[in-house]
Amino acid sequence: MVTIEDYIARIEETCGEEKDFIVIFKYDKKEEAVAKILKKAKIEKSISAIIFELTFKDVSFRLYGTGKAIFRNLKDKSELQNVLTDLLL
Amino acid sequence: MLDPYKIREDFPILKRKINNHPLIYFDNAATSQKPKQVIEAIKNFYENHNANVHRAVHTLSQEASELYEKAHEEVANFINANGMEEIVFVRGTTEAINMVAYAWGLRSLKKDDEIIVSLMEHHSNIVPWELLSKINGFNLKYVSVNEDGTLNYEDLEEKISSKTKIVCVSHVSNFDGVVNDVKRVAKVAHEHGALALVDGAQSVPHLPVNVKDSDVDFLAFSGHKMLGPTGIGVLFSKQEILEKMEPFQGGGEMIREVSFNQMTQRCSITWNELPWKFEAGTPNIGGGIGLMEAVKYLKKIGMENVKAHECALTEYAMRRMREYNKVKIYGPKDASIKCGIIPFTVDGLSSHDIALFLDNYGIMIRSGFHCAQPLHEIFKLKSSARASFYIYNIREEIDQFIEVLKEIEQI
Repeated sequence: MVTIEDYIARIEETCGEEKDFIVIFKYDKKEEAVAKILKKAKIEKSISAIIFELTFKDVSFRLYGTGKAIFRNLKDKSELQNVLTDLLL
Repeated sequence: MLDPYKIREDFPILKRKINNHPLIYFDNAATSQKPKQVIEAIKNFYENHNANVHRAVHTLSQEASELYEKAHEEVANFINANGMEEIVFVRGTTEAINMVAYAWGLRSLKKDDEIIVSLMEHHSNIVPWELLSKINGFNLKYVSVNEDGTLNYEDLEEKISSKTKIVCVSHVSNFDGVVNDVKRVAKVAHEHGALALVDGAQSVPHLPVNVKDSDVDFLAFSGHKMLGPTGIGVLFSKQEILEKMEPFQGGGEMIREVSFNQMTQRCSITWNELPWKFEAGTPNIGGGIGLMEAVKYLKKIGMENVKAHECALTEYAMRRMREYNKVKIYGPKDASIKCGIIPFTVDGLSSHDIALFLDNYGIMIRSGFHCAQPLHEIFKLKSSARASFYIYNIREEIDQFIEVLKEIEQI
């Protein structure tokens, strides 16, 4: 069974007052992950088609073509995991 | 003068591309890259000389011991200490400060004593003292910083008293690169009968440091920030202080004798000579040898040249960054009173957004609190982005960084 762990290499909780989450996708899965996310989330803004400002179910985040994403204003890691499950699976 | 283009040839990692862009490494305050001379020295040790040091008669151990001792001497010479007796190898700055806290502070600090720490400290020069104060019950006083990030010396002179036993300050702030006058701090401390501990993690790699001239009692620094490997660092202290101090950790190498007394049914222990008394267990021999090579490399360039190069890069970068309205730089405006560290923010973006954006273009910077949360609170910052330079950075990299900042501004 496919899980979000198949796509995600690491989740980093950032250091600072903002408490953002950085999601780093696995190198060999990053293109698939980016494609899936772009299909489901709403693109608010795109910069040079490599950086995307996105929203999904009231969650705003920024996705990088290099296979990283930054999620803001989430309650905790479990909320992030729920969002990622909806986006990736 | 220093030739950064020639220096770059010694750093294999700088040939890498990240996200299809040439690597631009501006996270030097966190750790530096390693020249091939250091990598080769470590490789050579493990390939040709590897053995445990001291108390063996075989050839390999003699070779390893000689190299390891020479590493101590090389470091002593680099900071103008009296000799290797004053140089204790540790894991890094954090362990060095913890060693002072527990080997000296645990026994010397009493309930009514006070210690002084500055608010610009890295957490590694705050947390050990806060932890120890919970055991010993002494009071910590924090010295404030001025609006431009410089140390408030008047506040230090107001807060210090005959109760003060030690004053702990950074030589260079890891947030904004401000260079503190540690000679002045040591003088003030000594006038009140206190010791002076200096966190040299951001100074020893970047400018000439002379412990005789500054007269500091303790100096802590890390090898990995000065071209050396990770896991090796230094605690310098004056021989007379180290002789009076009890060991930090117990075990092999740090003892001369452990003798079981039939009468008392206990072991009586005598300590090894300096600096081994403070190096319990098998030390990081390869790390020490790598650090020696890093020190040799820096000495060959000359620390005045290192300082001048970074100062010129910092001045140039700050001038270019000020071209953008949304970019705000923190700390002193004058690059000559700081080392090559620039903390900044971009309106409307978190520091992590900035770092991820730059990463996209192969530019590595740090984001967050940089282990200096109290200073961020003073500047009312949720976090900051930090670019920091070293000997192999060049103006063209700053130009590229500025080009990407221009794009960031448009987000």
